[in-house]
Amino acid sequence: MKARLMFASLVLAMSVVFTGCSSDSKETETAAKPADTAQTASDSSDLNAKLKDVLEQYRQFSIEQSDQFIVETEKFVAAVKSGDLEQAKALYAPTRMYYERIEPIAEALGNFDPDIDARDGDVEAADWRGFHRIEKSLWEDKQTAGMEAFADRLLSDVKSLRALMETVEVDTAMLTTGAVELLNEVSSTKVTGEEERYSHTDMYDFVANVEGAKKIYELLKPELASQDAALDQSIGEKFTALEALLAKYKSGDGYVLFTELKEDNTRELSQALDALAEPLSQMGKALGV
Amino acid sequence: MAAKRKQDSDNRAISRRDLLKMAGIGGAGLLLGGAGVGALFKSNQDSSTSASASPTNSSYHGELPFYGEHQAGIITPAQDFVVFASFDLTTSSIDEVRKLFKDWTAAASVITQGGMLGEDNENLNVPPSDTGEAAGLQPSKTTLTFGVGPSFFDERFGLADRKPAELQDLPSFNGDALRKEWVGGDIGVQACANDMQVAFRAIRNLTRIARGKAALRWIQEGFQRTSGADPSGGTARNLMGFKDGTGNPDVTDAAKMNEVVWTQAGDGPQWMAGGSYMVVRRIRIRIEVWDRSTLGEQEATFGRYRASGAPLGSEQEFDPIDLEKKDDKGKPVIPMDAHIRVAKENGVQILRRSYSYSSGLDTRTGQLDAGLLFVAFNRSVAKQFIPMQRMLAASDRLNEYIEHNGSALFACFPGVKEGGWIGDTLL
Repeated sequence: MKARLMFASLVLAMSVVFTGCSSDSKETETAAKPADTAQTASDSSDLNAKLKDVLEQYRQFSIEQSDQFIVETEKFVAAVKSGDLEQAKALYAPTRMYYERIEPIAEALGNFDPDIDARDGDVEAADWRGFHRIEKSLWEDKQTAGMEAFADRLLSDVKSLRALMETVEVDTAMLTTGAVELLNEVSSTKVTGEEERYSHTDMYDFVANVEGAKKIYELLKPELASQDAALDQSIGEKFTALEALLAKYKSGDGYVLFTELKEDNTRELSQALDALAEPLSQMGKALGV
Repeated sequence: MAAKRKQDSDNRAISRRDLLKMAGIGGAGLLLGGAGVGALFKSNQDSSTSASASPTNSSYHGELPFYGEHQAGIITPAQDFVVFASFDLTTSSIDEVRKLFKDWTAAASVITQGGMLGEDNENLNVPPSDTGEAAGLQPSKTTLTFGVGPSFFDERFGLADRKPAELQDLPSFNGDALRKEWVGGDIGVQACANDMQVAFRAIRNLTRIARGKAALRWIQEGFQRTSGADPSGGTARNLMGFKDGTGNPDVTDAAKMNEVVWTQAGDGPQWMAGGSYMVVRRIRIRIEVWDRSTLGEQEATFGRYRASGAPLGSEQEFDPIDLEKKDDKGKPVIPMDAHIRVAKENGVQILRRSYSYSSGLDTRTGQLDAGLLFVAFNRSVAKQFIPMQRMLAASDRLNEYIEHNGSALFACFPGVKEGGWIGDTLL
């Protein structure tokens, strides 16, 4: 009861209108509850303190990814600016993976996502820049000419993102929702082939988003396992199943083009993704976020 | 006929209207029924104006019990809407399958009562446990009916020795044009309700609960004219414009239901005793072709007048069908290939519970994709539906105007007793 009240007051403090949060709520049907976990609606600041090391590890991971993102983007930009079309095309998808692993964090940092990752039509034509602008030129126009300024701007945007990473405050809710958001990214655009509409390298993004979600799960796993072992096991199994499916699409150091996938393949991937995302979305509840 | 019906003013629990709806609009391509509706409707015609009468006397939007000897949604008078869903199991663990059915049982009992699923519908920090679109809505006579298809018994779960011999993929019938996107499935779930949103919510939440264990294979929504649009409770018309679906057996006749619908203890595996075989066929009507055929041709196809529904050569909808009657040139008034003649001569009974469907355009042709979601229940598919459909597929004139493009067969479990779960007689 005390926990309930604390939770309620926290919510009120957030100025959110909220009705019916009494423990004697009459609509307490228990059916179809995925797991019999008692909800410990603890104060999230307690939880964040408890998971302090985990949060710091994730912050470090994000910074490492952004550091590497700069290194790889520099190579990509150099290829574009030197007019090496084939090299630029080869570096495009692997470079983006560093971004795709940490995309929710980047989105939390402000306006970087549209600058770096907007697709044609996501923003006003005059504002369109970033990876996909260059992608269009490399694959559709088959040239690097005219992309020099976009390449420079991309590198400076990526560096600004890295600089702001230092300031980000990672909390548990960001991790639990971020993991699901990464999978939602896949569900919305990658599994349909809409993300990489010129290069068809969607599978790279798919894999990177899943890797990003997996990283979060692995960091939270010890705490999750102690709170809800069944949920932890379910998530672990679903990751394994999805990774096994994704492995079928490996090709050399990378992945096959999205256009090589048949409808049955994308449907199977999409359903395996949904099978993972559903229990993953219960992680916050189990942890008491 | 009206006078006769007036005499039989006993207090039947099921209204005439419910029975008419029970008879369904089914029949495009299948038994339109020779028996004549009149014999089925013994209640006072006046009561037919009441949309509220039902076996449980609950209101139009009221509740039907989920638990019972038989599953609901079989002899239940057809609600206004259906969402039919076919699932494939994605898990390879029989324990997970059991858990799925247990979770579905718990959810079904809440959904059919109009309740909210789960406990997390107020916690801002987690996804709500109920999807919410039916919050505050009446149960709307929701029924959920579960069955398993032939593929449920393949090598994955070691259930092959429990498979009923007649639970096989339906044979191909003359003229079948099946499309793989509307065929088969490990599990079939029929959700019916007097509200489309309520029916959709049921399937959506069952799908969500199944994630990681089973995934949707195909889904089809269906409708019939609603009670609001037809307060008189007359025989429903199908999308071909004809009054349709009159040959159904009387669902209040328990002995008849045991003979026609419910699989009996000695029929096959014990777990199916009290269950029923559900046939689902997605039957597209070639709407554009039908619309440019003459009224004379249309009536000859069905063997009935469009306006009144009377058999050709008769006056009233419920007049007996006279197959012997000849015109002045000596030709049969009801053509030899007319739907009602083939159906009547067929002689087999099944319980039809069909709905119309409309699924937008066929993008290949720009034509309407609309027709009949044929749903039927029978005690033995091998002895009832299959021989019946063979005959209709071979000689029914209606075949010119329809196309069977989806097909599935499910063995529906017997009813769930409180404390039990769907499929507990099998698993």
